[in-house]
Amino acid sequence: MLSRKVAFVDLSKEKVVIKDIPRELRKKHLGGRGLNWYYIYNNVPPEVKPFDPENILAVGVGLLCGMPALGASRTHIAAKSPLTGGVGDANMGGAFGAELRFAGIDHVIIRGRAEKPVYLYVRDGDVEIRDASHLWGLDTYETQKEIKEELGDDRAECMVIGKAGENMVAFANVMNNVKNAGGRGGTGAVMGSKKLKAIVASGGMDLEVYDVDKFIEYCMELNKQILSTKWAKTLSKLGTPLLYDVSYTTGFIGTLNWQFNTPGEEGKPLEAENLLEYNVKHTACIGCSVHCRHRVKIEKGKYAGLVNEGPEYTMMGTFGTLVGVYDWEFVIKGNELCNKWGVDNLSLGAMMAWAFELYQRGYLTEEDVGFKLEWGDKEAVLRLAEMIVNREGIGDILAKGPKEAIKALGEETAYYLNHVKGQPNLHTDERGVPSFALGIATSTRGADHLRSRPAIDLFQLPKDFLKKLIGYEIENDFTAYETKGILVWWYEVYFNVVDSLGICKFHSVFNAPHAPSYDEYVKIIYYATGLEFTKEDLITIGERNYTMERLFNLMNGMSKKDDYPYERYFKEPAPRGLPFMRGRKLDRDKYEMMLQEYYKQHGWDENGVPKEETLQKLGIEKPKPNFPEVV
Amino acid sequence: MKMFVIDPDKCTGCRDCELVCSLSHEGVINPYRSRIVVIRDPLNALELPTVCVQCEDPVCMAVCPVSAIYEDPKTGAKIIDYDKCMGCRSCVLACPIGGALVDPVTGKTIKCDLCNGDPMCVKFCKTKAIDWVDIREADQKIKKKSIERYLEAVRQVRR
Repeated sequence: MLSRKVAFVDLSKEKVVIKDIPRELRKKHLGGRGLNWYYIYNNVPPEVKPFDPENILAVGVGLLCGMPALGASRTHIAAKSPLTGGVGDANMGGAFGAELRFAGIDHVIIRGRAEKPVYLYVRDGDVEIRDASHLWGLDTYETQKEIKEELGDDRAECMVIGKAGENMVAFANVMNNVKNAGGRGGTGAVMGSKKLKAIVASGGMDLEVYDVDKFIEYCMELNKQILSTKWAKTLSKLGTPLLYDVSYTTGFIGTLNWQFNTPGEEGKPLEAENLLEYNVKHTACIGCSVHCRHRVKIEKGKYAGLVNEGPEYTMMGTFGTLVGVYDWEFVIKGNELCNKWGVDNLSLGAMMAWAFELYQRGYLTEEDVGFKLEWGDKEAVLRLAEMIVNREGIGDILAKGPKEAIKALGEETAYYLNHVKGQPNLHTDERGVPSFALGIATSTRGADHLRSRPAIDLFQLPKDFLKKLIGYEIENDFTAYETKGILVWWYEVYFNVVDSLGICKFHSVFNAPHAPSYDEYVKIIYYATGLEFTKEDLITIGERNYTMERLFNLMNGMSKKDDYPYERYFKEPAPRGLPFMRGRKLDRDKYEMMLQEYYKQHGWDENGVPKEETLQKLGIEKPKPNFPEVV
Repeated sequence: MKMFVIDPDKCTGCRDCELVCSLSHEGVINPYRSRIVVIRDPLNALELPTVCVQCEDPVCMAVCPVSAIYEDPKTGAKIIDYDKCMGCRSCVLACPIGGALVDPVTGKTIKCDLCNGDPMCVKFCKTKAIDWVDIREADQKIKKKSIERYLEAVRQVRR
């Protein structure tokens, strides 16, 4: 076990070097997200800009990826982000990552820029750089079909970019199959900048397991554990749209940009159960029995005949509440378009909603846009989305992401755009939940719910349970600020471990408090790989990986000032929702207290800079370039 | 007596069956070495598990020039005797449902052996897209499914 490889690809020189991944690196970083950032931290200095050929696109699988029943399907994609200028990464489900492992490669580290479009074909331990000129311009579905056909390999799995990536839309994503998206951070744009249309994996190589019998037995046990949670059961039926009902009733959902925290009764048509009408079947990523994905079909009307997968909860903001549309078919259509374009729907939603509010307030006019941006106007939403992906007119400005767009439209417009570090937020409204607000603010990749969101904070779990899980006394009142710095710290570290193992968050204690956690991971890692860790070792690895990401952000010019959420959350009380939600906003002093508690827990100073002793303890050194010389 | 009941409508395409089949038979994870294969084409909305269904009168047995395939009296599985098998792959070519395969690593012909009567793929299939059930029960299941399909067709027409 662990005779796994890393392929270093230089697209400018058209060379590939394949090496073993040293066991020592596994012990320090596991794999996936941890190892990807190890390579970027060491090889991408501050002077390299996101679209420079010297930027690195790292694609890697978690340590357990491709193994059965664990939900370990995830591929991690990382690069210096065109949105934030620092950490940009995404985590993709589907079957690409597993196939990469069956092709004998765990990580592909890509530097340089091809002269003309190319794709990488990873097959049985080899990496071939192939011409992709004929694929440039195709959408993500056409690209995958074309590639499988020309290779005569219908079991190949492709990770591709669409029009958004080719056009270097700052929040372009990478896609596998119908709806598996490596969504965040603009890694698709970095791929586009390298003229890299796709990475294709196909292989029949063995993935070894250390103790087969114990592994199979324990996989079954863990599978039972995850499927016995209420969360998994509901996900299996409704998918992530299940979050909508509780969010819109309570007041956790950005509406008409973030002017409101729920559409209220008007949002009723989008209730999750209503999606079931379009549901043909549930599908799953490789090695997952939660199967949270809907395959949908629209039978009648304007979009009759549409078959697609998803939509996820996030899309209910983008083509839903954020722009004031409450129509499942429109959400489904928008989802299909985003999948084909290869664009991060979360970021797209926030950018569009911002433009709509700027229009409402007169910062943007009909003349600027070319048409009216009135809330609830579906045609306007579609046209604007298309203009962004095609980089036309106002769309070109929005396609550059928050930092550049604010420069173009004026500082006074900044207040209305919900982003952190240049990464737009998803459509949730965090102003009522301090731990959620801190989580999106401190997240190394900018506003994002999958870096640390302590969803269990909403459940009012017994304190002794929290103490056992987190290891500290945690307040079980989600409106409290005290101890929430520790809670967010815990989740940041834990999710790093989950991402580095390649496990889906829906198999973790994200929303299911009784799902597998460290104790279970220690055992399954041993049976799978023979690597012996303690729970404390894993926490140290998570902390090491997370701190390296933090250092990467700091060396790229970020600081404490970038650890704050949307200004509106401090200024405007929540106008709607359940009685206890109405009037809630973030308290600046208490937020500061929470932030300091969080820094301290990480071993960082009061400005969020990791202390020397912390770096020593974690064994983090200054960056040392180690991308092999290619002739 | 038991039989496989395969329901593609329930198959999510997670491929746990492939992963665990190769692991339990070969000690490694490798879908190409699995006895069960999910024919997948997500872009065209297809997930179809295929596996040897242990025919009553198997073509593979009939075409084998060295009579290497025998029936396990306990489970009814048609099993390859590797002492006899010469790897001519006649069974692979002859099987009408793709039940016999070639292991690309060893070059050997492989097929489902029912894991000694308790198929691992079934244990790992949480949606019961593949199930190993008593024939009488299977009969009921299949009838129920046919009737559901029929009623759905009627519903479609009435719309």
